[in-house]
Amino acid sequence: SVSHSQITRLYSRFTSLDKGENGTLSREDFQRIPELAINPLGDRIINAFFPEGEDQVNFRGFMRTLAHFRPIEDNEKSKDQNGPEPLNSRSNKLHFAFRLYDLDKDEKISRDELLQVLRMMVGVNISDEQLGSIADRTIQEADQDGDSAISFAEFVKVLEKVDVEQKMSIRFLH
Amino acid sequence: MFLLLPFDSLVVNLLGISITVLFTLLLVFIIVPAIFGVSFGIRKVYMKTLLKIFQWATLRIERGAKEKNHPLYKPYVNGIIAKEPTSLEEEIKEIRRSGSGKALDAPEFELSDIFYFCRKGIETIMDDEVTKRFSAEELESWNLLSRTNYNFQYISLRLTVLWGLGVLIRYCFLLPLRIALAFTGISLLVTGTTVVGYLPNGRCKEFLSKHVHLMCYRICVRALTAIITYHDRENRPRNGGICVANHTSPIDVIILASDGYYAMVGQIHGGLMGVIQRAMVKACPHVWFERSEVKDRHLVAKRLTEHVQDKSKLPILIFPEGTCINNTSVMMFKKGSFEIGATVYPVAIKYDPQFGDAFWNSSKYGMVTYLLRMMTSWAIVCSVWYLPPMTRQPEEDAVQFANRVKSAIARQGGLVDLLWDGGLKREKVKDAFKEEQQKLYSKMIVGNHEDRSRS
Repeated sequence: SVSHSQITRLYSRFTSLDKGENGTLSREDFQRIPELAINPLGDRIINAFFPEGEDQVNFRGFMRTLAHFRPIEDNEKSKDQNGPEPLNSRSNKLHFAFRLYDLDKDEKISRDELLQVLRMMVGVNISDEQLGSIADRTIQEADQDGDSAISFAEFVKVLEKVDVEQKMSIRFLH
Repeated sequence: MFLLLPFDSLVVNLLGISITVLFTLLLVFIIVPAIFGVSFGIRKVYMKTLLKIFQWATLRIERGAKEKNHPLYKPYVNGIIAKEPTSLEEEIKEIRRSGSGKALDAPEFELSDIFYFCRKGIETIMDDEVTKRFSAEELESWNLLSRTNYNFQYISLRLTVLWGLGVLIRYCFLLPLRIALAFTGISLLVTGTTVVGYLPNGRCKEFLSKHVHLMCYRICVRALTAIITYHDRENRPRNGGICVANHTSPIDVIILASDGYYAMVGQIHGGLMGVIQRAMVKACPHVWFERSEVKDRHLVAKRLTEHVQDKSKLPILIFPEGTCINNTSVMMFKKGSFEIGATVYPVAIKYDPQFGDAFWNSSKYGMVTYLLRMMTSWAIVCSVWYLPPMTRQPEEDAVQFANRVKSAIARQGGLVDLLWDGGLKREKVKDAFKEEQQKLYSKMIVGNHEDRSRS
């Protein structure tokens, strides 16, 4: 699990972001990070930290969201299968990415949602028609049950060969 | 010089004697050397003694932590997470490569592309390159100041006593001494420059003005117990040039001006600062702007150009970052000073935070609180490197020239060279940077052909 020093370091980071010094972070606190503000999906990522309808996240919630990005250690793979699935399992990492697309949280990525997220990623550089055809093609390739939307299971199937463990993990230096 | 008092109290007499002795010592050991620019070396001995004490203190804390079997909190300046320096293109291609066996170079969209933005975003939430430049640098060993201690639960009784002694020395002995010196220095500056101002223009006035300025800055240096090591003094700025340096605090000015004679540039303030500024400009031509004029970039450029073209005038001192940064990095240099066409003399200033952190966090502390913190630190230790002069090459524009100078300063001072604007301390980042990212990504999914405009 996460080491004591890593938690201390993340707590130090949490407090340095907490400009209001009230033990919680608001969306503005995140937006103050320049490198995050220039990320095209910055707002979606910030949103992932805030539970439904809430505007503040405490340190526990902060750690919980970041826990998705812990590397999957080898010894954890052979741990007991009876306990609850760890937040940083392959499936949960994929679900985190899925939720970035699924704007209304109905466990389906509709054509409209895919279009909106694509628009965030490309800005003004691609026309509506082109983007539309890209979205159509993507849904067509992934959709298996014919509902013109991508469910989580279909999402997992499309990405079954991708090295999720490596691409959605962040390593501490110490 | 005895203070004769009406009541014959022993305590009052003792007080009088000690104040007299203090001021005599002050005069002999500090002010007189400052006037002549020599040094007894007292500060260097002081510095060495302090270092030994700090090392001892750190060892005690480490021992305390080991006894309790807890890991010690050690700050890491180089970041806490592993970041790969790959570009957007490379990263996304790699993600796609691992996912499918399709033709890779054809531009298209993959659902897995989102992993890149997601991970990059979370990485910056855990540790970013910019926001940490606007708060004081964390130290690896403890310097007996409570303001820099992160492991206070491991301090033994002996260490606490030492710390208490430190507080006593700093607040009851060093602070009054330094305030007295600062007061002397500033009043000498104001009166000296005003008096020199009455002289007719000529060699005599210049000579006196130079020495009045130098003397007062040297007294101020001693008022902060600043121990400065100058390197490569043969590259010191000459008339008609512009001296640029990285900015960490208002003290930078005192440090540079005590070793050279500069024309200052800045906005006229009210209050004490304004009085000092108005007095200084009587003795030699500094470039002060009214608040309204500062916004007018053409006016500023015009006055600076006029100044540098007059070869008899002093080199201008400018801090192109525009704001104070915490001395671990150099941030974007504003191109204004680099468009004027004068020779640029870069200077790198690196503070040693062990003895006192000179960084002015202007959003946290006002000027007075800041100066108080400075005067209750152990000392301000820094190194100044005078770099060889640089001029703008014909094929580079002002921005490229500014970046070249910035890299030279960063390299010499051992600082991180950043392209980010120091103004991000207060302002939001420009949308143009996000648009750049979006443009780069668009190329990856539709390539360079097809229509680009949004219909």
